[in-house]
Amino acid sequence: MYLSNEMALSFPAKSANEGFARVSVAAFAAQLDPTVEELAEIKTVVSEAVTNAIVHGYKETTGIVHIKAKLYSDSFAGKIVITVRDSGEGIKDIKQALEPCFTTGADDRAGMGFTIMQSFTDKFRVTSSLGKGTTVLMEKTIVRRS
Amino acid sequence: MAAYTVNNDVLTVQFKGEIDHHSAGRMAKEADELITKYEPSLLILDFGGVTFSDSSGIAVVLGRYKKMTAKGGQTELASVPKSIKRIFSLAALDKLVKIRENV
Ligand SMILES: Nc1ncnc2c1ncn2[C@@H]1O[C@H](COP(=O)(O)OP(=O)(O)OP(=O)(O)O)[C@@H](O)[C@H]1O
Ligand SMILES: [Mg+2]
Repeated sequence: MYLSNEMALSFPAKSANEGFARVSVAAFAAQLDPTVEELAEIKTVVSEAVTNAIVHGYKETTGIVHIKAKLYSDSFAGKIVITVRDSGEGIKDIKQALEPCFTTGADDRAGMGFTIMQSFTDKFRVTSSLGKGTTVLMEKTIVRRS
Repeated sequence: MAAYTVNNDVLTVQFKGEIDHHSAGRMAKEADELITKYEPSLLILDFGGVTFSDSSGIAVVLGRYKKMTAKGGQTELASVPKSIKRIFSLAALDKLVKIRENV
């Protein structure tokens, strides 16, 4: 597959930007001609990662959320690679954070974000460093429809 | 304010639009105020008008379920779009509350 397009998006960690972020990435991914369902999945995983950056990464502080998206394609399929990065407080124990229902949030969080990101993508990786921040990388293959 | 109907002791709350961290707090609060006001024995959360939900929607359901259960009441979900149903079943919400096709 070759890199066919790329984009970057940076915005302050405000909850009003969650909708903007997921819709922007979905609009960019539309170049790969995904199904309605695949688009909904892309919107959802971006929303999860961006919300985590805002709620857990930056908490009450402010900071910038960075999104990069790259599109790859060949004649059979397309692929979108999305990274969402914050320079917030980082994750102490990634293995524990990935467990379904684990949350350090209040009762308005279910601890399901990472589980959803994993289940809606083909490849998923979290890297984090305490005091430095967190990066989530997600890949999703979009098979060409004839 | 969320649209709702009260019929005997059944409270139906109609959620609308997108549920995310930005909007979920208000939606949860509105539903809670209605539950406190009408003390229904059955709460139906109608997702027919919901166009998007991430995990914030799971917590909205769980929180209302807990509030209803504490008073001995039941909770059901109605008209949940397919993409949102998948998220809810990942969280095993379908084991906790009945998900019906229509209101
Ligand atoms: N960007 C981040 N920075 C710091 N901590 C994070 C970050 N993302 C996730 N975490 C940690 O990992 C935990 C699990 O995240 P996950 O998204 O699975 O659940 P949640 O955000 O707590 O709840 P939900 O996503 O259901 O609203 C979080 O509670 C938090 O402790
Ligand atoms: Mg989350």
